[in-house]
Amino acid sequence: HFGRPRRGSPGHPVQATPSGRMDPFEDTLRRLREAFNSGHTRPAEFRAAQLQGLGRFLQENKQLLRDVLAQDLHKPAFEADISELILCQNEVDYALKNLQAWMKDEPRSTNLVSPLDSVFIRKEPFGLVFIIAPWNYPLNLTLVPLVGALAAGNCVVLKPSEISQGTEKVLAEVLPQYLDQSCFAVVLGGPQETGQLLEHELDYIFFTGSPRVGKIVMTAATKHLTPVTLELGGKNPCYVDDNCDPQTVANRVAWFRYFNTGQTCVAPDYVLCSPEMQERLLPALQSTITRFYGDDPQSSPNLGRIINQKQFQRLRTLLGCGRVAIGGQSNESDRYIAPTVLVDVQETEPVMQEEIFGPILPIVNVQSVDEAIEFINRREKPLDLYAFSNSSQVVNQMLKRTSSGSFGGNEGFTYISLPSVPFGGVGHSGMGRYHGKFTFDTFSHHRTCLLAPSGLEKLKEIRYPPYTDWNQQLLRWGMGSQSCSLL
Amino acid sequence: MFEEPQNGGGNPSERARAETALRRSRGASGRAPTPSRAPSACSSRIPVRPFWGRPRALSAGWPTPSLHPYTPPPPGPWPRSAPALLTPPPSSSPLPEPGRGRGPRGRGRGQRLSRGPPRPIGVRLWVELSPPPAPPTGSGTQRAWRSRLSDAPGPCSSLQDQAMELEVRRVRQAFLSGRSRPLRFRLQQLEALRRMVQEREKDILAAIASDLCKSEFNVYSQEVITVLGEIDFMLENLPEWVTAKPVKKNVLTMLDEAYIQPQPLGVVLIIGAWNYPFVLTIQPLIGAIAAGNAVIIKPSELSENTAKILAKLLPQYLDQDLYIIINGGVEETTELLKQRFDHIFYTGNTAVGKIIMEAAAKHLTPVTLELGGKSPCYIDKDCDLDIVCRRITWGKYMNCGQTCIAPDYILCEASLQNQIVWKIKETVKEFYGENIKESPDYERIINLRHFKRILSLLEGQKIAFGGETDEATRYIAPTVLTDVDPKTKVMQEEIFGPILPIVPVKNVDEAINFINEREKPLALYVFSHNHKLIKRMIDETSSGGVTGNDVIMHFMLNSFPFGGVGSSGMGAYHGKHSFDTFSHQRPCLLKSLKREGANKLRYPPNSQSKVDWGKFFLLKRFNKEKLGLLLLTFLGIVAAVLVKEVSSVSAWPPIVWDVRSPCAWPPRLGSEAHLCPAATPSRK
Repeated sequence: HFGRPRRGSPGHPVQATPSGRMDPFEDTLRRLREAFNSGHTRPAEFRAAQLQGLGRFLQENKQLLRDVLAQDLHKPAFEADISELILCQNEVDYALKNLQAWMKDEPRSTNLVSPLDSVFIRKEPFGLVFIIAPWNYPLNLTLVPLVGALAAGNCVVLKPSEISQGTEKVLAEVLPQYLDQSCFAVVLGGPQETGQLLEHELDYIFFTGSPRVGKIVMTAATKHLTPVTLELGGKNPCYVDDNCDPQTVANRVAWFRYFNTGQTCVAPDYVLCSPEMQERLLPALQSTITRFYGDDPQSSPNLGRIINQKQFQRLRTLLGCGRVAIGGQSNESDRYIAPTVLVDVQETEPVMQEEIFGPILPIVNVQSVDEAIEFINRREKPLDLYAFSNSSQVVNQMLKRTSSGSFGGNEGFTYISLPSVPFGGVGHSGMGRYHGKFTFDTFSHHRTCLLAPSGLEKLKEIRYPPYTDWNQQLLRWGMGSQSCSLL
Repeated sequence: MFEEPQNGGGNPSERARAETALRRSRGASGRAPTPSRAPSACSSRIPVRPFWGRPRALSAGWPTPSLHPYTPPPPGPWPRSAPALLTPPPSSSPLPEPGRGRGPRGRGRGQRLSRGPPRPIGVRLWVELSPPPAPPTGSGTQRAWRSRLSDAPGPCSSLQDQAMELEVRRVRQAFLSGRSRPLRFRLQQLEALRRMVQEREKDILAAIASDLCKSEFNVYSQEVITVLGEIDFMLENLPEWVTAKPVKKNVLTMLDEAYIQPQPLGVVLIIGAWNYPFVLTIQPLIGAIAAGNAVIIKPSELSENTAKILAKLLPQYLDQDLYIIINGGVEETTELLKQRFDHIFYTGNTAVGKIIMEAAAKHLTPVTLELGGKSPCYIDKDCDLDIVCRRITWGKYMNCGQTCIAPDYILCEASLQNQIVWKIKETVKEFYGENIKESPDYERIINLRHFKRILSLLEGQKIAFGGETDEATRYIAPTVLTDVDPKTKVMQEEIFGPILPIVPVKNVDEAINFINEREKPLALYVFSHNHKLIKRMIDETSSGGVTGNDVIMHFMLNSFPFGGVGSSGMGAYHGKHSFDTFSHQRPCLLKSLKREGANKLRYPPNSQSKVDWGKFFLLKRFNKEKLGLLLLTFLGIVAAVLVKEVSSVSAWPPIVWDVRSPCAWPPRLGSEAHLCPAATPSRK
């Protein structure tokens, strides 16, 4: 996503550092670190106030946000509401409701060697958190991590995507008014600015984007040994078994594929099914697309557009793969690509090599579940995997014998609406997880604390040298089944 | 089925060559000479260790280390001196027979074989062992590693590369066969591991003891006991952990199945450390096996006896394809890191930690880094110094100070210094006797390079007691330094030896500032009668873990995650946390293909009413308690209405509760009894 040429950073006048080097971020970062060190982000009241501010931002700017989302991605209000505004609000409310419980020290069990000690895990903010957001859900993927970072008591540097310009502007200009500016900053810019910022010492980096940039971010993080969460993408397979109702499957697959014009990291990327199923699926998909978007999808208010020319051109070349069964039209001036289904696609073609990230659905034929599983396991672990079948045996087999960030049986990415479920990839689709309490945990260091009584030295006597056989037996017994080491 | 076709792999002849290389390297280990390493022979140990781990066939093209055992580094921060050693020395020495840890079967311990000339501490050992703290920008160590990682290597290196690749592929194939996944298999492997530790306890104890010149008592209580405890804990709890966890649902997913299924990650690389060579290698292994992964274990080459015994014993007890040991030094590790893994678990120092993470970034591999740091120990005026000094003495001088969470330095008010010194001195005498050198409970420094490094830390310091050293046996007496200037070398790097500097501070505020000005440590120790002060220290500082009024104990509980923060590492393990570290928590949502009508709401074309419904469905969280409450209320209302009906119609017969009948609920009213054919009328 760092493909854009360098742009000025209107939010931050470039300043010369004392050394004479131009570094626009040094001041901001120093300010934030001082604020963090002063400790005023730590009290629960402060965190709650920040979250309430975030909630107010969402409430008071509802229309503005819908407008900029429409401007950036031509997002229908329905999609903007359910995938961005409501989900963000949901996270804010959930965090506010549970903040006290999350922040509490977690008591842990102790063993006989330290029977009288108080033992607990303290959740501690990391410090300075850097959130790098993408453009496809410019609000959701920016604010949901932000909620957790603020709830955990961190100072946050937020970098919205420079590609979704409308949202970027609102996040840079309006959002800071609702938050404590001493602990929160929005930085603007493209890959170059991001690279520059990554040179600085940060305490946590949260990145959403492509695996290619993910590698760059992780490599940059090694310099200061900064922990990272990478939310990347991948080609999410969607297996359709012979034993299912094609119309129902078509409804569900089409909706999840063409949602946000296919620019969703968890969208089903390609369909795996038998040639017979394909025959039954195609008319069903055709009727679904007509029902969803009318006879002329270009004039439908329910279909978005591609974010920019670069992505549009990339997608247009993908239309040339295989044979177009449904759709296939495109319009450059509008950056419109019709909901498309491709058949007779070869594994080696570009459309099966890269993440599609657009309203194109290739169908690849396999003969059986086993072949499908083998096909999936041959590739990088995807972010999401979908299996459709009336037979729970087939679904369970799929679940058991493959690996992916998450799994949907007869369903798309509805689980994203559940804050109780962690969201995150595995292998090439990312590392780390968030949503709900998982975001809070991601941005908290779990510090182990053990407070022993300052007296009662007799109890400790057994561990001191000179060591004897008797001490050893006693220790062994005392630790019982509990693990222990004198390291 | 579970096969994952691997692309690449080279042509058959190349592969054959690589296999030969690997075989040769394995075979070589059988002939590798080992000097006697009996614990009793500690004092006679030669200061330089034989170089092992690099097969001769593959060694051409690498700089041959000079015979001179040690080049003192030029003054200045430590790692800067590394490049000097990395340049190929002019003299060429005959290579001793290489020893690779794989399958050294049938070699008796203590058997003295003919040996080549003593091998100097060469390039690789130096690099591998770089001490924990390093300047943030590329140190010599890192540069050396990096250049090795990035350089296009010569033909022999690529051969080795292929050999590694083959090994990793073999393990991956084993993982893809799926046999590491069933719970039964995991339990069986863990039980086998426990059996190994129990049956071969003597061999293991002897190996570790000879590596670190330790008494077997210490080995047992510091290492073996932990491993046994961890295995028992896993065996007990694993069945519960591997089951899917249902999650709370909202109205939208009310009728679906939603749960989190832990899943193995794949092939895990575990790189162990030398200071506790057994537990720091095996404890992560236990977690990785429990989570169902295949594992490649790389024990530290510095604790060579332990590495060898592990390479010998593990294949005898565990699955030979799923869990393999690769022994070797920096070169082998570098090659290994070029391969792709699904998780890398590293215990060691910060400089190498960065290299590991950078190599991992190339394949987007998640890492757990267990690093070190200078763990501060604050002593308040208000405490019982006798007890405090006993506890600190125990933690500091255990394993000769070579413990990653040992208290590194003491912060206290200047007036306490003399008392502390005196009391620690008394305690040392009590623990290790008058003649510490003779005490079986006191260990030695791992190698000469570390010995010299620690010696250099003593330069220009005020030694309150201790300070005696003996290069031949690498003995350094328990030492305390007083009035230490924070700018001196001993306060710049992790000490990792039996030297305890005391830095005087004015008060607790200064101590907190002192700690916060430095990198986040792995552990923090606070001693005070005043609980408020301890709480304040915890609140206002950051560290991997904290123990109040004691040292090291937070490591001992498997209910605790153990791990660092900031430069002391990332990720955590022990007990359930190990299992979680090596598992992917996969969210699963299973729906039925029926009830498509309910989905109409979300499909386009859209309208405002759909948005409002969407809001309701997404925001309302569904849980059983709430639903149960709702149901109860509803039933209550029904019951109330029924009771009212019954009491108002007095002509109706009384309600009969027929518990024998399947239709006992709802209660039948006399005249309706015939509605339930299965029930026998019980009305009198």
